[in-house]
Amino acid sequence: MTTEVPSESSTERYQNVQKSEDFQRLRHKLRSFIFPMTVAFFLWYLLYVLLSAYARGFMSTKIVGNINIALIFGLLQFASTFLIAWYYARYSSRELDPIADSIRNKMEEGAE
Amino acid sequence: MESHLLAEASASTTRGLTITLFLIFVAITLGITIWASRQTKTATDYYAGGRQFSGFQNGMAISGDYMSAASFLGIAGLIALYGYDGFLYSIGFLVAWLVALLLVAEFLRNAGRYTMADVLAFRMRQRPVRSAASISTVVVSIFYLIAQMVGAGALVSLLLGIKPGTTFLGMDADTAKVATIILVGALMIVYVTVGGMKGTTYVQIVKAFMLMIGALVMTFLVLVHYKFNLSTLLGDAAAQSGKGSAFLEPGLRYGVEKATATETFYSKMDLVSLGIALVLGTAGLPHILTRFYTVPTSKIARKSVIWAIGIIGVFYLFTLALGFGAAALVGGKAITAQDKAGNTAAPQLAQALGIKYFGGDTGGAILLAIIAAVAFATILAVVAGLTLASSSSVAHDFYANVIKKGTASERDEVRVARISALVIGAVAIFLSILAQSQNVAFLVALAFAVAASANLPAILYSLFWKRFNTAGAIWAIYGGLISAVVLVFFSPVVSGSATAMFPDSDWHWFPLNNPGIISIPLGFLCGWIGTVLSKEDDTAKYAELEVRSLTGYGAH
Repeated sequence: MTTEVPSESSTERYQNVQKSEDFQRLRHKLRSFIFPMTVAFFLWYLLYVLLSAYARGFMSTKIVGNINIALIFGLLQFASTFLIAWYYARYSSRELDPIADSIRNKMEEGAE
Repeated sequence: MESHLLAEASASTTRGLTITLFLIFVAITLGITIWASRQTKTATDYYAGGRQFSGFQNGMAISGDYMSAASFLGIAGLIALYGYDGFLYSIGFLVAWLVALLLVAEFLRNAGRYTMADVLAFRMRQRPVRSAASISTVVVSIFYLIAQMVGAGALVSLLLGIKPGTTFLGMDADTAKVATIILVGALMIVYVTVGGMKGTTYVQIVKAFMLMIGALVMTFLVLVHYKFNLSTLLGDAAAQSGKGSAFLEPGLRYGVEKATATETFYSKMDLVSLGIALVLGTAGLPHILTRFYTVPTSKIARKSVIWAIGIIGVFYLFTLALGFGAAALVGGKAITAQDKAGNTAAPQLAQALGIKYFGGDTGGAILLAIIAAVAFATILAVVAGLTLASSSSVAHDFYANVIKKGTASERDEVRVARISALVIGAVAIFLSILAQSQNVAFLVALAFAVAASANLPAILYSLFWKRFNTAGAIWAIYGGLISAVVLVFFSPVVSGSATAMFPDSDWHWFPLNNPGIISIPLGFLCGWIGTVLSKEDDTAKYAELEVRSLTGYGAH
């Protein structure tokens, strides 16, 4: 729900911003991070689920004492989740936020 | 069986203590709620807690909303009874947060206002899309609510020391369970209607803190018992379970090798289906999505998700110790004697640890009472969050935008939200009485499947697909929702198995317990078909959505 009624000019304004070089750069940097990363962690997780279903022998191999590959694989899912979250936070605050902030500030100045 | 006899001996001490602790928690949180209600003046206060929460506060609140009875009671129970397979839930529930972090949280915060539908309806015709979103919000929330209430019922019969066949205050076990479910339902309605989002958020924060401390203490005691040797703990759990090293491997509960090849195939498909539903469900849960609106900016929304991933991740590591600890120190027999689905493993472990480390029966009773009070707090808080999200959607999406076409006053909208909370609570109470023999983690997985099928496709298409339109949104929501609900209805969960809601009837034809593997792709497919069949193509409005969602310009 938008509170302002979109007039012709504001519609054009959004389209112009969308076409702008800065915005396209932001969009490209964002999408080229989040989409491949999503595919990567999803496949990595799916591999874990499929191994749990179909590769029982492999998963039950003991490594140290009673600790087997299944447990280590599970803990690696924790590690990869923490790592991706940390990496995304770093990437977005360094690469995305400055561009987004500058576009927003320009738009807010223009709106006054 | 030993801890079982002790449970009876110390039952009266436990009862008094638990009831006292529980009342203290209720008094504190009611105080917070009433205080919050005095500060709730506008609709933004009611729905979004005034958008003034910090990243850490909201991260705690997200964790509070997320670590439900399923996480604490359900997963611990599954690990205690089936070993490694229960851990699969912990992993799926955690990895799922990456979908929310990377694809949903920040964009939703930037482009929306109060509910999930704000983003779905952004560039669509308001009335049909908001109606659809409102219906799916309510359905997902009710599925989730059922799980919480079932957990509450299981918990109370442990606390009050009632087992099948015994009585409490003249009530038999079943009546006492029903009474608890009604009590929990009534309390949650008070939290939500009085406190709104601000009150509910503080309740979540208090609860998340209590739950983390409780789980940490129990994990620490289990590890002390095994001299911080994980391998010894696992070995003892495997030995006590009577299943040997199979207990530490996948396959006791999910993807079980069956007599025929077809049955084995279905069983393995069920595991994959569950895994997919767990990882894709989180970012479609209405009560989680509305949490992103309680912070001032999308950067803080991101921070709050990172906090939540940290807190929830650590908690799920604790569930390993809790589950295997319960298997080793309480034992599967004592657990199933109390609750067939294993929902009481964690509090039973607390009692066993209390007996060992805090001076015998009294110590056991005290620790049991504390952990049970924490579990109650957990359930109460999650139930409040769910009821708030679904009643908000009814009031803001359905009443204000569909019925009143945007002319309802804020005061009217909030009044309708409060009435809806009451009705939704009543429906959930009724349904949960039917589902009492199911494990709560499993029940929550059904809610995840419905959320991933009905909500996630529409959200992702809305945010990232220029061509997406009204027809696509409606097809995606109803297609995913109907296929998920229909498949559950004709699955062994509802009829045709010993633990079904209707164990004496059999109308099931769908072989899997979790519908995700079919219904989630169907949701995406329906959204695509609906879109390309319709000529509506509003690129101008998508320009606005994209600019706003990526930059935060014009955010509420």
